[in-house]
Amino acid sequence: MNDATAPIAGAEAIAFTVNGRPITVAAAPAKRLAAALRDDLGLTGTKVGCDAGDCGACTVLIDGAQFCSCLVPLGRIAGSEVTTVEGLEFGPLQAAFHRHGAAQCGICAPGLLIAATDLLRHTPAPTEQEVADALGGVLCRCTGYRKIVDAVLDVGGDDGGKVPSSGAAVGARTVKVDGIAKLTGEARFGADAVPTGALWLKAVRAPYPARFTVGELGPLRAAHPGLVRVLAAADLPCNAFGIYPELRDQPVLADGLARYRGEAVLALVGDRDSLALVDAGSVPVSYEPIQAVHGLDAAMAKDAPRVQADKPGNLLVEGGVVSGDADRAWADCAALAEGVFETSAVEHAYIEPEAGWARRTGDRIEIHVSTQTPYMDRDETAHVLGLAPDQVRIVPTTCGGGFGGKLDLLVQPLIARAAWLEGRPVAWVLDRPESMAASTKRHAARITARIGADDEGRLRAASVDAVFDTGAYASWGPTVAGRVPIHGCGPYRLANVRARGRAYFTNTAPAGAFRGFGVPQTAIAHEALIDDLAASLNIDRLEIRSRNALRPGDRTATGQVLGDSVGLAACLEALLPDWHAALAEAEAFNAADPRSRRGVGIGCMWYGIGNTAPSNPSTMRLALSRDGTLTLYNGAVDIGQGSSTVLAQVVADTLGVPVDRVRMVVGDTDRTDDAGKTSASRQTFISGRAAQLAGEDLTQRILRLVNAGADASLDLDGPSLTVTDGGARHRIDLTALPEDADGAVLAGAGRFDPPTTPLDADGQGTPYATYAFAAQMAVVDVDLALGMTRPVYIHAAHDVGRAINPTLTEGQIHGGIAQGLGLALMEEYLPGRTENLHDYLIPTFCDMPGITVTLIEQAEPLGPFGAKGVGEPALIPTAPAILGAIRHATGVRVTRVPALPHRLRAAIRDMERANG
Amino acid sequence: MVGYARPTKLSEALAALDRATATVIAGGTDVYPAHVGRAVPGDLLDISAVAELRGIADRGDHWRVGALATWTDLSRAPLPALFDGLKCAASAIGGIQIQNAGTLCGNLCNASPAADGIPAMMSLDGRVELSSVGGIETLPVGQFVTGNRRTARRPNQLMTAILIPKPAAPRAYGAFTKLGARASLVISIVMVAAVIEVSLAGVVVAARVAVGACSPLACRLPALEAALVGEPLTSALGGIAQDSHLGPLAPIDDARASAAYRRDAALTVIRRTLESLAANP
Repeated sequence: MNDATAPIAGAEAIAFTVNGRPITVAAAPAKRLAAALRDDLGLTGTKVGCDAGDCGACTVLIDGAQFCSCLVPLGRIAGSEVTTVEGLEFGPLQAAFHRHGAAQCGICAPGLLIAATDLLRHTPAPTEQEVADALGGVLCRCTGYRKIVDAVLDVGGDDGGKVPSSGAAVGARTVKVDGIAKLTGEARFGADAVPTGALWLKAVRAPYPARFTVGELGPLRAAHPGLVRVLAAADLPCNAFGIYPELRDQPVLADGLARYRGEAVLALVGDRDSLALVDAGSVPVSYEPIQAVHGLDAAMAKDAPRVQADKPGNLLVEGGVVSGDADRAWADCAALAEGVFETSAVEHAYIEPEAGWARRTGDRIEIHVSTQTPYMDRDETAHVLGLAPDQVRIVPTTCGGGFGGKLDLLVQPLIARAAWLEGRPVAWVLDRPESMAASTKRHAARITARIGADDEGRLRAASVDAVFDTGAYASWGPTVAGRVPIHGCGPYRLANVRARGRAYFTNTAPAGAFRGFGVPQTAIAHEALIDDLAASLNIDRLEIRSRNALRPGDRTATGQVLGDSVGLAACLEALLPDWHAALAEAEAFNAADPRSRRGVGIGCMWYGIGNTAPSNPSTMRLALSRDGTLTLYNGAVDIGQGSSTVLAQVVADTLGVPVDRVRMVVGDTDRTDDAGKTSASRQTFISGRAAQLAGEDLTQRILRLVNAGADASLDLDGPSLTVTDGGARHRIDLTALPEDADGAVLAGAGRFDPPTTPLDADGQGTPYATYAFAAQMAVVDVDLALGMTRPVYIHAAHDVGRAINPTLTEGQIHGGIAQGLGLALMEEYLPGRTENLHDYLIPTFCDMPGITVTLIEQAEPLGPFGAKGVGEPALIPTAPAILGAIRHATGVRVTRVPALPHRLRAAIRDMERANG
Repeated sequence: MVGYARPTKLSEALAALDRATATVIAGGTDVYPAHVGRAVPGDLLDISAVAELRGIADRGDHWRVGALATWTDLSRAPLPALFDGLKCAASAIGGIQIQNAGTLCGNLCNASPAADGIPAMMSLDGRVELSSVGGIETLPVGQFVTGNRRTARRPNQLMTAILIPKPAAPRAYGAFTKLGARASLVISIVMVAAVIEVSLAGVVVAARVAVGACSPLACRLPALEAALVGEPLTSALGGIAQDSHLGPLAPIDDARASAAYRRDAALTVIRRTLESLAANP
């Protein structure tokens, strides 16, 4: 950095160069460079994920070296040269990222591109290790890092991203339709496009579960004239929201009782600078700690205090599945395995904290927000504000990661209420500790399970009792308790099943939706027990799974007869050669290295696609305008997983036009139809099918126009549409057709609601129209003396029905593996102790093993071109496979995750002692 | 001083500190993270432009690491094998962004029990140089750090350098091992820094072993150090370390690990660190 700088005192004009352009910023010199770039210079391509140097999202080049701009005082860069993502030319590096699908949500892409630019300047042809070292300061929660490494190693490589020809989009590795904006800094995330002049909001949050009273606010307002309003519980027309209309148990602002640390009690509204000066300690709220309920044992205790007064026994909900007679079947089993397994609360740790802004437009409110569920946001916000749903418009911003955590309201109702009252835009961007304290978590769980088999290893009976810590409010607790019993015994043929799921309230942050809705926790239990049975019956662990794998035509525990798309056996078969090779290699390794032990493990899973039992339709509209623009009105928000691209591919092949002809309007509740939530791995299957139906509808309308047969092909060339029907060619002049209100001359619509039935009291019925299946094997090395586990290799075989876009499918699987690895080995959310990204650990570049993905395509007739879903299935088998590998390496059956070094070491010591 | 000052001369920096209390900022990797979501309160003295504080220099009987020497500077500096442990620590702290910004001296001044630089400097027998308008004072690192985030630095003093004496023995080697629950970007559960000085005959003539994150402040293990003296430099050095040498450790339970694990792992890590020294020529 430049040395020849005079001392600077107070706020001053600071001159430096940004992206080759000399500029001067008048701001406080102690201001963080990241904030100055974003707020003063409008360079919002630089992202703020933690404001603490932990995530690297804000990485910029200063005089050619990479720095976290959140740690650099603006005053220091006087005379320096700063390069942000906006200053990078779109070149071979960006092209490689685009080609490899290396940006999913894209929030970390700017930091990664800067770090990679730094690397490539010094090391034009880096090794994989050099890439990991150079980019390793940036955290990514979506990709599992593999596609990023692949991209950097392939800079200047062959551009395979050409547009496939008409009719060949499905199955092609097409580039993401929204990919380029994520690589240039142009994509606008929740915090990026706040209107100038907006008011800001800041929440006051309870430091612990407490009764509280708010004192006289006059002095606070006098001290901060920029504070224009303080919202309290009474300021909300209906201070209650929830996921289920009958379970709106969560206040937007706590009303005298904060049930968890981090619950919002007041919302301060004012100009941004004024709010920044409000010290939380100066807000007159006095807290009286309550007798808090922490953990499942406390919640289930006989005389436990009630977290919610009207919920006796702290029980939120109970669900179950009973088939056959497990109690009688035990007696027939040659081997029984049982165990109790515990998992921890897990933080979503999307790199983009919750953010959004709202403005009032007459008697309507418009909310720009990072979300997974615009239509539910609309309806719930309307409920809180006492408005009709059509008075609320949700405009989703680019979403910087969700994983289930952006399925609950957080910023929406407060910014909406404040903007409604003030008549000015109101913005709110959470900081990292606040996001972690306030947002939902994966349910901590305790699973008690038992499985029995005959002497050939065929499963005869299983029982599962899963209890979940659902936190202070219901959120998605009922969804978890309902989904778990259905999946609780694994993807196996079982005639006798008794499965139960219960969720209990505690005084901690609400547990909500997190990739898998409780199934990942349960899979840890059933897969450990299958390994137990394999051991006691002396059957190979993969073989016993093959013998029991659900196959087409099998009946599930809910009595559903499966169709043809049941690819678990094929997944296991795909792993088989690698499995035997890895077992042999582990044996050789262990003979040579006394310090660490290598182990191989395997995990299987199944996962119902879409909501459990109730209707969950998607509606898609497709319109052709006079100039030949084809627009998909798509209410399914793409949270980085690539649904927009997949839907474009489906539409393109349905119409027989090139995929780059499909334009899109995404998520805006004023301009699209309800396509449900981006959750439950449902968008490819359900919205994809709706898009296909919309495409077919539009095609029919076009063909009818010229009386062409169903086999006719379309050729769209600007305002001219040619229909070729056998030897006949019909030309349609789109400019001659009448326009509808939306400017469309031809339009099609499609709606798909997967056929399901409600479950009866014994959990019998058809809860899902289709299921995804997968098997993953893991190879790990365990350092015995330190209890440290290093995953070496994972082979993931997934039955996805049809991979509409193999690159994106692989990306989902890589990312799921990373999160499953975190669940198994390092992630544990502890309120007040891990509310940042250095105490809460998520996998880094250097934690990821080599990954092989095998895609099995057992076509699902209901899905678009045979496709099912993959988002959640990707992570479910990973932890079981890793834990199985640890056990193979050490002999220790891990019963509590994460298997932190100290826990694993203690278990190894206990085992060594027991073995003398 | 008002708000923020960035002097270019050491005398100006010392004068500013003498006039008023200020938070000293070098790399910013500890100051800003302590104030997420708000401005850093009080006055900031940014020393990054003080040229006198730069550089890593050989001063004849010692090396001088200036207050602005970053982890990256240390990794790249042409230093003898004595510094291998410090270099290992430097390349394991955060990502490159953090290594480019954070300084060794800042790491010591922040005085976290998990600071990787503190055991590394204890093993190097480093002394900190504290300057004020009143003069210069030097202190051994072990006396400078007085507790969890507490140091002997007075508000008007600036740490201007760390001084590392040249060993008397003909050969000297350093090693460092860091243990964390993930592969990188991780706060240490245990870290061990070791330096041995070796005679031409290959016998250990002096040893310094320091352990971090196992006590409120990192500490050396004098009994182990004494036991190492007189031993030949082979991988058998690791076996010298015994549980009885760990008296000074007082680990605690926290979210990262249990106290029992820390104690157990410390011995393993000490042994491995000593073993690794035998790889030196």
